[in-house]
Amino acid sequence: MSSVTRATDWRLATVARIAPETPRAATLTLDVPGWDGHRAGQHVDVRLTADDGYRAQRSYSIASAPNDGPPQITVVEVDGGEVSPWMVDVARDGDMFEVRGPFGGWFVWDASVTEPVLLIGGGSGLVPLMSMLRGGARARLLVSAREPDDLLYASELPPETIRTYTRHPPRGWTGYARRVDRAMLHDVHLPGARVYVCGSTPFVESVANDLVALGHDPAAIRTERFG
Amino acid sequence: MSHLDGNAAAGPLSEVFAADVTTAIVTCAGCGASGPIAAVHVYEGAGTVLRCPGCERVLLRLVRRDGGICVEMCGVRVLRWRP
Repeated sequence: MSSVTRATDWRLATVARIAPETPRAATLTLDVPGWDGHRAGQHVDVRLTADDGYRAQRSYSIASAPNDGPPQITVVEVDGGEVSPWMVDVARDGDMFEVRGPFGGWFVWDASVTEPVLLIGGGSGLVPLMSMLRGGARARLLVSAREPDDLLYASELPPETIRTYTRHPPRGWTGYARRVDRAMLHDVHLPGARVYVCGSTPFVESVANDLVALGHDPAAIRTERFG
Repeated sequence: MSHLDGNAAAGPLSEVFAADVTTAIVTCAGCGASGPIAAVHVYEGAGTVLRCPGCERVLLRLVRRDGGICVEMCGVRVLRWRP
């Protein structure tokens, strides 16, 4: 019998700490037995089981840097969701749920990538990109949020981060105040660079199509959609 | 129904495949299009269903039944891992 923990093994994780990120999002630091680090951009699967045996499973991107101790996930509350409201509003330090992972070898950034990359995140799509930044990625970052209250990691984002607010920009805002479109991408893109795009399915498909139209090699565009 | 992409299937597929599947290049048996599993469309319901982003044909369906796993992949012509 082997005692080696595999990524596919469900393990009972303990919430070590919960920190609010925005009014609708929180970062959970998880103590996961046998955790052996992750690659920036990877995710974990989470499984909650109710008293009556009903199970709900979701995937959450890891926000913390590789090799930075216990993994952290940032969860944004989805209206009417089954899992995210519990994570954001109900969970407390010491709560436990099942976790497996980390998973994913495609939407990942490694320190071997030394050239600058372009990171484009919509809403909670910023989470895996944050792991890349925290891991040392040289990057230009474009973030789309509905309003300042929805912007994750606001105090930690590099000052040169390009922001766009799609619903309620702050008073006196002179930056972008619309959805990411081809003209905006034309302003900010890095021709020839590898690009990571993460966000809702419509966001990712629109951005990826526009990048290809601007001449980006489709093979250099890595995408992750969260629905 | 909104879809996810192949990244979201990495966990379930890791129960079956030893190598990371999201980086594997899949060729659709229907339209012949090729691309990484990470970029295919994924629908979660009774199981995990992967569809070709080009023609929407079902590439692979993973269903859990009676504690076991059933993988149907008649829509996959080739799965290829680069060195």
